[in-house]
Amino acid sequence: MAKITFDGIEVEVEDGTTILQAARKIGGDVVPPAMCFYTPLKGSGGKCRVCLVKVTQGSARDPRPMPKLVASCITPVQDGMVVENTTNEDVLNARKGIVEMLLINHPLDCPVCDQAGECDLQNLSYEHGVSATRYEEPRRTFDKVDLGPYIQLHMTRCILCYRCVYTADQITEKRVHGVLGRGDAAEIGTYIENVIDNDFSGNVIDVCPVGALTDKTWRFKNRVWFTKPLNAHRDCPTCSGKVTLWGRGDTVLRVTARKDEYAEVEEFICNTCRFDKKEMSDWTIEGPRHIDRGSVISANHYELPVVNVPIVPNLPKSTVKKMPTE
Amino acid sequence: MGIKILTEHINVPGIETLEVYRKHGGYRSVEKAIKTMTPDEVVEEVKTSGLRGRGGAGFPAGMKWSFLAKPEGVPRYLVCNADESEPGTFKDRVFMEKNPHALIEGMITSSYALGANTSYIYIRGELLFILRILEKAIAEAYAAGLLGKNILGSGYDLDLHVAPGGGAYICGEETALLESLEGKRGNPRNKPPFPAVKGLFASPTVVNNVETIASVPWIVNNTGAEYAKIGVGRSTGTKLISASGNINRPGVYEIELGVPVEEFIYSDEYCGGIWKGKQLKAVVPGGSSVPILPADLIMKTAAGEQRLMTYESLSDGGFVSGSMLGSGAFIVFDEDQCIVRNTWNYARFYHHESCGQCSPCREGTGWMERVLHRIEHGHGHQQDIDLLVSVAKQIEGNTICPLGDAAAWPVASAIRHFREEFEWHIKHPQEATAPGAVYRGQLAAATV
Repeated sequence: MAKITFDGIEVEVEDGTTILQAARKIGGDVVPPAMCFYTPLKGSGGKCRVCLVKVTQGSARDPRPMPKLVASCITPVQDGMVVENTTNEDVLNARKGIVEMLLINHPLDCPVCDQAGECDLQNLSYEHGVSATRYEEPRRTFDKVDLGPYIQLHMTRCILCYRCVYTADQITEKRVHGVLGRGDAAEIGTYIENVIDNDFSGNVIDVCPVGALTDKTWRFKNRVWFTKPLNAHRDCPTCSGKVTLWGRGDTVLRVTARKDEYAEVEEFICNTCRFDKKEMSDWTIEGPRHIDRGSVISANHYELPVVNVPIVPNLPKSTVKKMPTE
Repeated sequence: MGIKILTEHINVPGIETLEVYRKHGGYRSVEKAIKTMTPDEVVEEVKTSGLRGRGGAGFPAGMKWSFLAKPEGVPRYLVCNADESEPGTFKDRVFMEKNPHALIEGMITSSYALGANTSYIYIRGELLFILRILEKAIAEAYAAGLLGKNILGSGYDLDLHVAPGGGAYICGEETALLESLEGKRGNPRNKPPFPAVKGLFASPTVVNNVETIASVPWIVNNTGAEYAKIGVGRSTGTKLISASGNINRPGVYEIELGVPVEEFIYSDEYCGGIWKGKQLKAVVPGGSSVPILPADLIMKTAAGEQRLMTYESLSDGGFVSGSMLGSGAFIVFDEDQCIVRNTWNYARFYHHESCGQCSPCREGTGWMERVLHRIEHGHGHQQDIDLLVSVAKQIEGNTICPLGDAAAWPVASAIRHFREEFEWHIKHPQEATAPGAVYRGQLAAATV
C-alpha cells in the first residue's frame, strides 16, 4: 500500500495505482480531467495531457519534486508522494493552455452535435477554456470517411485520444481502422474504404470522449438532455445485455452501455443490443438511471422542481469552480 | 591540431573494407574486450571515460549502460540510433559512409559489454545508400568471424541487423525508434517505463547514437582514464561538429571539447571565418531545436566569460542567455540572414514532423508555423509576438517526448534575442517582404 497526499488530502491506495485513480478514490472536485485515459482499455492514456499534475515530492524515500508536470493517468504513485492539482497554479495554467490547443481546430459545432450535453470536451472547456479564441487561421478539415451504416465519423471533432483504436484492438476480433498520417494531419480512417462491422464495433461510440464517433441510428433524433435514461437489460447471447436506454415516453431513441461518473463503461455491449433493439418490449426495465457526471445530463429528470431551487439542481461543484485570476 | 579519435583514418582509401580497416588497427577493441575483459569491466571503462551521449541530450553513456535491467532469461538489446534527422546535423552520415567498420566495431564491443546477443542499427530511411554500405561491411565481418556465433572463439554470439526507418524525424526519439523498429507506428512511448527496463520487444534495451558507440573502441583500447583526459571538466573526449551556414569551410570537424567558439568559427583549421568576410549575426550551436544565440552571446557568456565548445559552457546562462551543444550541428548566420524567415522555416519543420499523438505538440506546432508564416509574409499583428511566446510556453514541458520542447525553444529564443526584428517585420510589412530584405538595426546596435 502507498500513502499519498493529493491536494492536501491523504489517501491510501494499492502499489502501482496511478495518480489519477488515487484521485478518483478521493473523488469530487480534485479529480483531474481525462480525455484519452480509459480504465477498461489497456495502454490508453498519456496523450491528451489535460490530466497533468505537479508532483512536489516524488516519494518518502526520494523527496525531490518531479521536474516537469506529469500525466496523472499513467504515473504510478509512490509511498509518500505529494501531488498538487487544483491547488497549483502552474497546473491550472498548463491545463488551460492544453484545452485551448484542443479547441483551436475543433469546429465548436455543439449546437448540431449529437454528443453535446454529454461531451467531455464541452465540460472541459466550460471549466478550463477561455471565452475567446486567439486562433485566426482557418480550422482544419478532412475528407469525409464512411464507416458503414452504424457509425458516423466526424473527423473535425476528433481529439486523437486513440480510445477507439484501443477498443477495436482489445474487444473486437479485428481492427480495421486506425490513425493515418501524422501531426495535425493525423486522422482516424480505414485507409482503404472499409466498414467497421463486427459484434462489438459499436463500442467505439461509447468510448469517444467527443462527437467524432456517433451512433447513426440516433443521429439528429433528439438532444441528450431531453431524453430520459433508464437502466434495462435483456437476455443477450453475445454480451451481458445490461444497458442504459435513452428515450422519450415509450420511444427508445438510443441504447448505450452503462457509464460511470467518469464516462467509463461498466460493461461493453454488443451491436445487436445497441442498434437493433429499439422497442420497449425488447427490454426488461429496471428503473431510472441516476447520471452522476459533470454535464447537463446530470440534471435529475425524476425530481420535481422546487421553488427557489436552481433549475439544474445536481450540477457537480466542479462546474462552478473558481479559476485563479491571471 | 587536436587528437582525432573518430576521424583519424576516415580519409584512408579503402577504409570501408575490412582488410584496410584491420591494417589500421581495426577490431582491436573487440579482441581486447572479448578475450581479456569481462562485460562489467568494459562498462566500468566507459563510465570512467565520462563519455556523454552524442545524440543531443548529453546523458553520460556509462550511466545509461549501468541502468540496464538484467533479469534472467530475458534478452537484452543494443540499438544504434542512426536516424540522424535534426536539421543541420550530418556527422553520422559522413562517418558511416566513410568508415562503416568503425561503427560495427563499436557495436560489437558495446553489445558485449551489455550482454546483448542481437543488436540493431536503425538508420534513417533517406540514407538507403549507407544502409547498403553498412550491410556490405557487416557481411565482411560475419565472414571474418567477428559477428555471428562464437565470435573469435570466445563463445559470445552476436547478430547485427540494419533496419531502415521511413524518414520520420520523430523516429530519432528513442522510444518512437523502438516502436518503429517493432514495426509499429513511430509514436513515442510514455515514460516510465524507460527502455533500460522495457524497451525493444518489451526487453531491456540501450539506445545510443552512432558517435557514442563509435567512441567505445578507443576507450577500450586506451582506457577510460585516457579518454577522460581529453576535453574540459565533465565534457570529455572529442565531438563531431557539423558546421554549416555562412562560413568559409562548412563540413564535419572532430574537435576536442573545450575549443573556444570564437576559435571554432574563425580559425582556418575549422570554419575559417564568415563567408565573404561578412559580419556574424547569430549561431545555432547544436541543431535546429536548441535556442539561437546572437553574435555577442555566442562568443561570451552573459557573465563575460569566453564561451567554449562544451556541454556546460554552451548552456551557461540557461535559456535566458545560453543554448546547448545538442547534437553538434553548428549553424552560422551572417548579417544577410533573416531571423524571422529562419524561425518560420524551423517551425514549419516541426509542424511537419510532429507525430500528432499528444495535443500540445500536434496543435501548437501548426499554430506557431501559421503565425510565423503570417509575420514573414507581411500579415502579422503586434500581438502575434506575445502570442507566439505564449503558445511556445504552452507546449514546452507538457508533451510526451522532447519534440514539443524542440519546437518551442527555437521560436521562444528567436523572439527573446531578436524581438526588434520581429517587430520591424510587423510594422513594415512592405519593406520586410521585399526580396532580400533584412533588418539590420539590432545588428548595428550590437557592434557599437
